[in-house]
Amino acid sequence: MKTDYIGKPTSRVDGALKVTGTAKYAAEFSADGLTYGYVVSSTIAQGTIKKIDLEEALNLKGVLQIFTHENVSGLAWFDRSYKDEDAVAGSPFRPLYDKKIRYSMQPIALVVAETFELARYAASIIKVEYTTESHISDLKENIPNSFKAPKGKVGFKPPVSRGDAKEAFENAPVKIASEYIHSAEHHNPMEIYATTVVMEPDGKLTVYDKTQGVSNCQAYISKIFGLSAKEVRVMSPFMGGGFGSGLRPQYQLFLAVLASLELKRSVKVSLTRQQMFSFGHRPASVQQMALSASPDGTLQSIAHTAYGETSMFEDYTEVVVNWSGLVYQCENVEQKYDLVKLNTYTPLDMRAPGAASGFHAIESAMDELAYALKMDPLALRLKNYAERDQNDKKPFSSKALRACYAEGAAKFGWDKRSIEPRSMREGNNLIGWGMATGSWDAMQMKATANAVLTADGKLTVGSGTSDIGTGTYTIMTQIAAETLGLPIENVTFKLGDTLLPEAPLEGGSWTATSVGSAVQSVCTTIKEQVFKLAKKVKNSPFANADLKEVNFDNGEISLKLNPSKTLSITDVMKQSGKVSIEEEATTMPNPIHMLEYSFNSHSAVFVEVKVDEDLGTVVVSRVVSAIAAGKILNPKTARSQILGAVVWGISMALEEDSVVDNNFGRFINHNLSEYHVAVNKDINDIEVIFVEEKDDVINPLGIKGLGEIGLVGVAGAVANAVFHATGHRVYNLPITMDKVLGLSE
Amino acid sequence: MLDFFKQASGSHETTLAPPPAEPAEVRLNINGQQHTLQIAPWVSLLDALREYIGFTGTKKGCDHGQCGACTVLVDGVRINSCMTLAIMRDGQEITTIEGLSHGKELHPMQKAFIDHDAFQCGYCTPGQICSAVGLINEGKANNLEDIKELMSGNICRCGAYTNINAAIIQVKGEVQS
Repeated sequence: MKTDYIGKPTSRVDGALKVTGTAKYAAEFSADGLTYGYVVSSTIAQGTIKKIDLEEALNLKGVLQIFTHENVSGLAWFDRSYKDEDAVAGSPFRPLYDKKIRYSMQPIALVVAETFELARYAASIIKVEYTTESHISDLKENIPNSFKAPKGKVGFKPPVSRGDAKEAFENAPVKIASEYIHSAEHHNPMEIYATTVVMEPDGKLTVYDKTQGVSNCQAYISKIFGLSAKEVRVMSPFMGGGFGSGLRPQYQLFLAVLASLELKRSVKVSLTRQQMFSFGHRPASVQQMALSASPDGTLQSIAHTAYGETSMFEDYTEVVVNWSGLVYQCENVEQKYDLVKLNTYTPLDMRAPGAASGFHAIESAMDELAYALKMDPLALRLKNYAERDQNDKKPFSSKALRACYAEGAAKFGWDKRSIEPRSMREGNNLIGWGMATGSWDAMQMKATANAVLTADGKLTVGSGTSDIGTGTYTIMTQIAAETLGLPIENVTFKLGDTLLPEAPLEGGSWTATSVGSAVQSVCTTIKEQVFKLAKKVKNSPFANADLKEVNFDNGEISLKLNPSKTLSITDVMKQSGKVSIEEEATTMPNPIHMLEYSFNSHSAVFVEVKVDEDLGTVVVSRVVSAIAAGKILNPKTARSQILGAVVWGISMALEEDSVVDNNFGRFINHNLSEYHVAVNKDINDIEVIFVEEKDDVINPLGIKGLGEIGLVGVAGAVANAVFHATGHRVYNLPITMDKVLGLSE
Repeated sequence: MLDFFKQASGSHETTLAPPPAEPAEVRLNINGQQHTLQIAPWVSLLDALREYIGFTGTKKGCDHGQCGACTVLVDGVRINSCMTLAIMRDGQEITTIEGLSHGKELHPMQKAFIDHDAFQCGYCTPGQICSAVGLINEGKANNLEDIKELMSGNICRCGAYTNINAAIIQVKGEVQS
């Protein structure tokens, strides 16, 4: 048996736990005397609470306490105590802080009762009087009040312009200019946000939270409630989907801890699905794109402006426009990114934040330009292929986008496409083929992992990261098993616990690169230790050998040149009298490489749609997604990640729309029946291709991360396919039947 | 309903809320085991399973019958357990995800879900599996289009649909052969 697991399709190591219902999520932990919290949400978007009448609710037997701004005090004063690792510029939201209402569905009270049903009932009879003030909720209408997006968020790069895009645009022979509007989207992971705080007998807290970063939550709670790290242990062994929604601590965490400390009881607070629309979301945006080219298709200018919404209290930023200066070769680029303050909760990173919406505009505009040039859309992309990152003036560590275009197009049959819109048909369906490019950053963060090898040849590796469904448990187990040459069933990976060494937030597609590097490093150190011991055992076949001259495979060490000379790891441990070997390692990206190179993953997406000519309904019948993201650790789980991301792209393009009723400043479709996400019936053939991409620079594993790249480009490709099918370009997402038929914009 | 509008519009008229529901005895037959509970009639079957018995394999995704995460089998028929009160199922045979496997021996549908990587975060998975088992019981899933239609009550936000369908087709084939 070979133990070279990296790159091999491997079933999830936590699969059995998930299919039997034994994997436990945040709301599924219990404790003696557990109490239940239920959140009351504001019904207005701007104003103050005049009166909040709790009497009737408090009189119910079994209702323990109701927390409001009137009885919560004594917490941290300064904004810095409420800032978390993913915080943006401004003042973080403080639940139950004062009588001010800053957005609709703001949490205004927490009822704690002996049962969930009683807490819910009590919440329903609380009477609230407001002084209502006028709210601001329309993004487009308020663009005149926009301001330059400030710095303040880790990883946010302000846009950079180069050359003179205005002049080039004026002088260019072929040009297009368009505006794109995206509705807000909500992450809506299937698991509802929940926190279970277990009050231990010694007064310490064990907090089971739905989060993409246990240490982020531990620090947040400690700072606000004045606790030491030792008094708060945060755990999140399983997370029922995140997509970015768990990058910042959500308000149920604050409320559950508050109640637990005040009542000296264990408390569980679950939000409702409706309340899943009461915190972060992908911001609505308005984008303006202007492109110009010479008749042969060479880009002369790119001008990209984006207006994003933010809250009244914080300035959320994401990278929307910078991508247009990155993906195509062009000397004249103008980028602008402004924010508009609305009565809404602060937006929050949602899968491929900035890129998902930015690329929709860029790639739709490139398609429009291709038609203006009477040129094949793929040929236009190849004509303007960027060999270097012109934004940062650096070479890419690797870029196999050409292979994505070639292999994706071949698999899709792009060469059989007739360029004219409305030229392909199947009965009453107009057929359209569209394509788009995608890119995402390949980032690595500082991460630490520890590992213990015991005398029985079992290895336990740990790092305080998350598995939000991405397959972290599995790929880390693969990396550890292969590095030390152990059968995979002898390796256990632990995560989601603040007792483990610290890992970065699980986001940005950097977990595989960051935590994977730390796991590889710590296992390499253990391997070196084992080999040192192996050299010293009696009659060791490796007495004069170097580590490079041996293989670690299937629990045995053997000489490469003479594989019959072997020693098992368990024998080495036994003969050396070792009970265990324990190590810890921290890894960081190579700082010199960081300065010298740009690191990006890329994709080419090809989409077929069928549009009913009379009804305007759009079915995505076929997708080919070709991905260049370095080495693929586990093709089985990696494929699933890309499949899921394509589903997200289809959902974004055709369905998702958090509708604001500007009369009330409120998301009115705040449930899963009216906020549409793709269901089984909406999804047809999806083909995933991972193109070969060798990268010796990025990290020793040669990996780039896959969480976001599969989504980027999909919405643009769908929109372009709809144009090809119908000859009518829909600029605003989602592309619904009314827009396809030209009945609305 | 009237109270809701009064509250929403900021009215402060005093309303006399009805008293909370009182506990009563409910007997639930779950996975072949009898459970006698003292619970109020307003407890949903979903909450009875998760909060009063500790069968947390059945998931709450919306509490409104819109997502399918809470799907269980009642007398072999798939239902949303959030849309039924526990007391309404007194005496009926309830099968949850915990009842599909026997010790370490997984149900063929559970095995197929692992083989086809038909999940990512795993939260909708128990509901998908119970729904898929119910679907095969119904004898309706005769082709891919049927499966897609009849599994559309179970949302998977991770987007594992194509793999879920592959798993169901595999098990369906095994059942027929």
